[in-house]
Formats: sequence, structure tokens, C-alpha cells
Amino acid sequence: MRRLAAILLLLAVASPALAVKPSEVLDDPALEARARNLSAGLRCMVCQNQSIDDSDAELARDLRVLVRERLVAGETDEQVIDYVVSRYGEFVLLQPRFSARNALLWATPVLLLVAGGSVIALHAARRRRAAPAGLSAEEERRLRDILKEPD
Amino acid sequence: MIVETGHFALVLAFALSLVQFAVPLAGTRLGDQRLMAVAGPVAVAGFALTALSFAALTAAYVQSDFSVANVWENSHSLKPMLYKVTGVWGNHEGSMLLWVLILAFFGALVAWFGANLPATLRANVLSVQGLIGAAFFLFVLATSNPFARIDPAPMEGRDLNPILQDIGLAIHPPLLYLGYVGFSICFSFAVAALIEGRIDAAWARWVRPWTLAAWVFLTGGIAMGSYWAYYELGWGGWWFWDPVENASFLPWLSGTALLHSAIVMEKRSALKIWTLLLAILTFSLSLLGTFLVRSGVLTSVHAFATDPSRGLFILMILILFIGGSLALFALRASSLTQGGLFHPVSREGALVLNNLFLTTATATVLIGTLYPLLIEAVTGEKISVGAPFFNLTFIPLVMPLLLAVPFGPLMAWKRGDLYAVAQRLFAAFGGALLVVLLSFFFVDGIGVLAAFGIGVAAWLMLGAVTDLALKSGIGSVGAAVAWRRFVGLPRSVFGTALAHFGLGVTTLGIVAVTTLEVERIVTMRPGETMPIAGYTLRFEGIQPFQGPNFTEEQGRFVYFDAAGRERGAIMSSKRLYTARQMPTTEAGIATRGFSQLYVALGDPTSDGGVVVRVWWKPLVLLIWLGGVVMMAGGTMSLLDRRLRVGAPSARRSKDVLKPQVAAE
Repeated sequence: MRRLAAILLLLAVASPALAVKPSEVLDDPALEARARNLSAGLRCMVCQNQSIDDSDAELARDLRVLVRERLVAGETDEQVIDYVVSRYGEFVLLQPRFSARNALLWATPVLLLVAGGSVIALHAARRRRAAPAGLSAEEERRLRDILKEPD
Repeated sequence: MIVETGHFALVLAFALSLVQFAVPLAGTRLGDQRLMAVAGPVAVAGFALTALSFAALTAAYVQSDFSVANVWENSHSLKPMLYKVTGVWGNHEGSMLLWVLILAFFGALVAWFGANLPATLRANVLSVQGLIGAAFFLFVLATSNPFARIDPAPMEGRDLNPILQDIGLAIHPPLLYLGYVGFSICFSFAVAALIEGRIDAAWARWVRPWTLAAWVFLTGGIAMGSYWAYYELGWGGWWFWDPVENASFLPWLSGTALLHSAIVMEKRSALKIWTLLLAILTFSLSLLGTFLVRSGVLTSVHAFATDPSRGLFILMILILFIGGSLALFALRASSLTQGGLFHPVSREGALVLNNLFLTTATATVLIGTLYPLLIEAVTGEKISVGAPFFNLTFIPLVMPLLLAVPFGPLMAWKRGDLYAVAQRLFAAFGGALLVVLLSFFFVDGIGVLAAFGIGVAAWLMLGAVTDLALKSGIGSVGAAVAWRRFVGLPRSVFGTALAHFGLGVTTLGIVAVTTLEVERIVTMRPGETMPIAGYTLRFEGIQPFQGPNFTEEQGRFVYFDAAGRERGAIMSSKRLYTARQMPTTEAGIATRGFSQLYVALGDPTSDGGVVVRVWWKPLVLLIWLGGVVMMAGGTMSLLDRRLRVGAPSARRSKDVLKPQVAAE
């Protein structure tokens, strides 16, 4: 069974990858551009990490047609996405939503950059304090005295 | 008989790797020179045995010995000889054998060239290499034996997965493994330093060339894999943020960070502990990559191994090495001394900034790759993290880094002058600005962001040129003197400039192809034409063709330039590999300068036409050419006299001493 699944998956990937067909393309270029844009963010459910825009699978075609139908019916991008998610779950989104569950995912880059930056800044500040400070006024005076002495 | 010899040699190699681990380690503990001296010869013998084992499997493939299960599953008597040989590593078992072969090879290199290393360091390094070897030899023997026989032997093999029957994929795994496994040397050096509790000068001198070598191979492996995906998978994408791609990109990112922090350590003996940690993390990410790909835990384009028992085994190896080395790091790191001081605005400071951004980028890709697994394990829900996420997080992270790159090499060590450096980069900045304006006003369909991206690429390239010009004194001294200085520049200076220039070239390719690509999807009947990006494409018709182990339908196209002159033919076909009954697309590609016309054939329509998808990919070749330039930079740096991996010479050791004297 597992092997069969693997073969099917490979087939889905390797079969002639001609995703969007001429018959699917909408007449309105603006609407078609929106459809392409949305498709690039939706996962082909039976493929391995392919968007429906790239995939040749039957299911991906159905979803592409669905997206276009919804757009033609006058829905906004958000409404189309919400509808697709309500049918297929969040798995279909290639870009996870900003939610509590995905907080760690989205926050990691920012947190790490800030934390790393702070550590470096603190380290530099500590180093600077530890490094010998310039001469004090008293030392400056003594140095001048010493330098004057030979005259 | 040959096959059994190969199997037996592999078992012997496993036994030797245990000796290589235990005996030298005992030697360093007991202070026994004789025990320590065992490491070298054993490492060389282990390599010889592994090579014998690999040769035996290759022989079985060349002879199409289908009594070997691995050959039967992945080969075919009609397969071209090239793919019979490369098919050895086109499957799980064979590729793991290649992995251990390369590991043993690197161990032997340390044994051959390590005569000038302190005896205990050499023994400890080879001992750690031995332990890594033992774990993976055991993995191959216990879960992935390539030498298993079947009785009775089948008459014909099941052929290699057709998408792997390609020259690109023939070279991709060896390059990638040379990179992955090359980092094992840095790892072994790091662990050896932790065992000894000190980092001496020899350590720093050795780690950088190894990192460079591994990085050059990994760069090549990734570029090759990307180009393969571009022309073979048939939809013209060159990077998919696929988990398996990320698995190779992660050690590349942290390896790049390691490369830069190792410079600071070598020249200024600062950032020692951080470099050590990076060396451990980079190899850990290589191991993680091996785990992700080999265990089939992620199902993705490349997954041709699905067996949970293997996954569990590699997971144990992963835990042993990553956990063990990090625990050792936690115990010992505090006993290591920190080196030279530096001002935040300095070459060192710039390299720290580089490390901050590269490490954050690594972590971002890592969490994006593993998050779906994490969520599934914790909540049981499935989510996807795909290209849109990575584009949204990774690109803003690397942008500031790319902008900062030209500053780095111009900064002085210890304490730099940002204002003076900015002044010196004035011409490069002006040039980049000009490029932004020119491309904004003269390139059709370009947006503000795209023009900015092209400007960044120009900035990187001009910055690299500025670096070389300033260091050879062009403009401030006479031409003859400048030329002499230019020729006399250390090769590592050229290496840096080349690598940074290559980064700019790749950036240019990426920006151009993502923002200016043109795509047409049409149905064409023979004789029909279609305009695309100033060219006209004419469909000539479809003919059947019989290959050695496949049949194909060849679509023939001719394209004309704007003046109507014929420029050449493009063959785009759909293949069916008969043994596996598996279809593939062979995209037709015509190269114009650095740009390409990419034609993919779709299904025939009922009215005698065929669906055709055509792309104009502006400057797409620069993506990989930039990689080649980066590799050239790395190689150039590796050839620097100061870093040459080889027999010690008086000249060399004097050069090595110089930076340390300067640092005092």
C-alpha cells in the first residue's frame, strides 16, 4: 500500500507537468492574473509540495477551475481562500495563517534576529567597558610632565 | 563472488572504523604514542576497503547482475552505460554506500595530509571520524545492504527511475555528499578541540580550508540539483523550497556563516567558541538533511526511500552526534579562552553581522521545514509551509545582508571607519543607482521592486570590483604598478571578490527571472505560430522516436527573431520509459545569451493540436553561472598559499605565522 502510494505520488509529480490549460484561462486578464496568484498559494492536495498552479493532477485542475468560478462570480481573494480552506482545511494553504498555533513559525525569524542582535550589542558593550578606558585627567597631566622633563 | 567480496569488505571497513574510534582515543587518554599512531593507517585501510566495496557494487551494475536485489530494482540491461554506473547511487542503498565512501575518503585525507598536526589533535580528529564512520557503516549493513541477493535471479531489471536517468542527477549526489560529508571534518575538529579542551593555532588553520572545500562542493551540488529540476521536471521552476532542497540549503547557509567566522578566528583568533559551535551545527544540519531525505519522513519530489526502520536508525545517529557534541560543548566551552578584542565597526564586526543574518536565515528555513512535522506530531493536524512563507521571510532577511556585503572586505581589522569605506564605495553605489534608473526606464514591464533588485545585484558586483580595484591601487598609482599589485594580490582576496561577484550574478538571475518572466499557454496545430518576448515560435509537428529504453513523441518547433530570421529549432518531447511505463517531459530549451526560451509539451487536443506552454526566462542562466563563479571564488581562496592543504613548507609556515604576529 505504502509502495503504491509512493508510486502514485511519483506519477503525479513526473507526469507531463502542464498545469494550466488554455481552456481554463479566463478572458479577463485582470481576473486571470488574480486566479494565477491565488493558485500559486494553494497546495495540490495529492502532490508533493506543488501548488495547484504547477500541478497537472486532476484534483489540482478541479481546484483551479473552482477558484476561477468563484472569482468570476465576483468574490474577493479572501472570500475565495476562505471557501477553499473551509472545504479542504488549512493544509491547502502554502503560506500558513497568522494564528496562535503558527506563532512560533512566524515569530522565530524576528525573535532570533532581535535576540542575536541584543547578545552581540551587549557583548560589544561589555567588551568596551572591560577594555582599558582612555587616560584620566591626572594621568594626562603626569604624561605631559614626563614628556616635558628632558627639556 | 565479486558481490560477496564487496559485502565482506564493507563489514571489514565497519570493524576498522571501530578500531579507528577506540584505539587512538585510548592513546590520547593514556598518552601512548603507539596507540595514537594507529589512527592514520587504519583510516587509509578503511578507505581502501570501502572503495573496494563500492567498486564491487559498480561492477554488479555494469554487468547487469540481476541476482543482486539492488541492481534488479534499479537497473536494466538496455540502460545506457553511463546510467548503469550512475545508477549505483541513484537509489537509497547505493547512495548511502557513496556517503560512507566519501566519509572514509575524507578520513584518509586527514591521515595523509595531517602529518603537521599535533599528534593528539590528529588522533582525536580521526577517532571522531571513526565513530561517525562506524555509525553509518552499521546503518548500511543493518538496514540498507546493497549486496543482498535474490534467488532465483530475475531475467531483467526494473530500470532506474527515469527522472534520475539524467547527467545532472548523475553528478548532483556526489557533489552534494562531498559537501555534506566534508563538513564532518570540521565537526570532528570541533569535537576534538572540545575533548582536548583547547583550540590551538593548527586548529584554526585546518578548519577553514576544509570548510571552504566542503562549501565549494555543496554550492556545486545545490546549483546542479536546481538546474536539473529546472529542465527535467518540466515546469521551469528552479527552486521550490521543497523540504529536500531546504535540507541541502540549510548546511549551505550555516556553512557560509562558518566560512566567514573561521576567517575571524584564523586572522584574529576571536570568535573561537562561536566558530566551534557553527562547525558542530553545520554538520548537524548535514546529518539532519540526510535524515530528512533518507528516512522519507517528508514526502517530497525526491523521496525515493520510504522505510520507517531506517528513519529510526538515522534518528538515533542524529541524536547521538548532535546531542553528544552539544553536551560536550556545554561542558567544555567555558574552559576555552576567548581571543582578540575588536571594535563593533571593523572587519570582525562586519563578519559578526554576516553571521547574525545567516544564522537567522538558517533558523527560518529550518523552522519552516520542520514546522509541519512539529504541528502534526503535537496536534495531529496537517499544515503546509511552502514557497510563499519562505519568500516572505527569507528574502527580507537576506536583503540587508546583501546590501552590507560590499562593505565587509573594505573594512579594516580591529577598528574600521565606516564613513571612509562608504566614501570608497561611492562609485559602486552610483553605478548601482544608475542601473536601477536605466532598468526602470528602459526595461518593459519592470516594477519598482524589480528595478531595486537589479540594483542590489549591480551593487554586489560593482562592490566586488571596487574591492579589487582599491586593493591593487587602481586610480591612485600608475597603471604598471597597479597591474603588478593586482597580480600580486593574495589569492584569497580574489576568492572573496569572485564569490561576492558570483552572489551578485545569481541575484541578478533570480530577480530577472522572477519579475520579468513571460509565459504563454496555447493550443497549437502544426504550422501555427505564436509570438513571445520578441520571438516568434512556429510549431512544425510531432514525430515518434525510439530511444534505447524509452519511446517518445517529439514536438519540433522553430523560432524566429524580431527581424524574421530563423534562429534555430527546439525539440520538446514527452517520453515513456517502457520498463516502468513511466512518462516524463523533456522540455525544449533554446539559449539566447543568458536567457532561455523554454517549451513544454502538453496533451494533444481532439482537433489535431497540442497544448504548449512556453516561457521566456530572462537571464535565467545567471542563477547557476553565479553559483559557478562562487565555486571558482572558493577554489581560488583554497589555492591561497597560506591555506594550501598539503605538505608543509618553510614558506607556508612563515606565511601562517604572519597574521598571528600581527594579532599580538
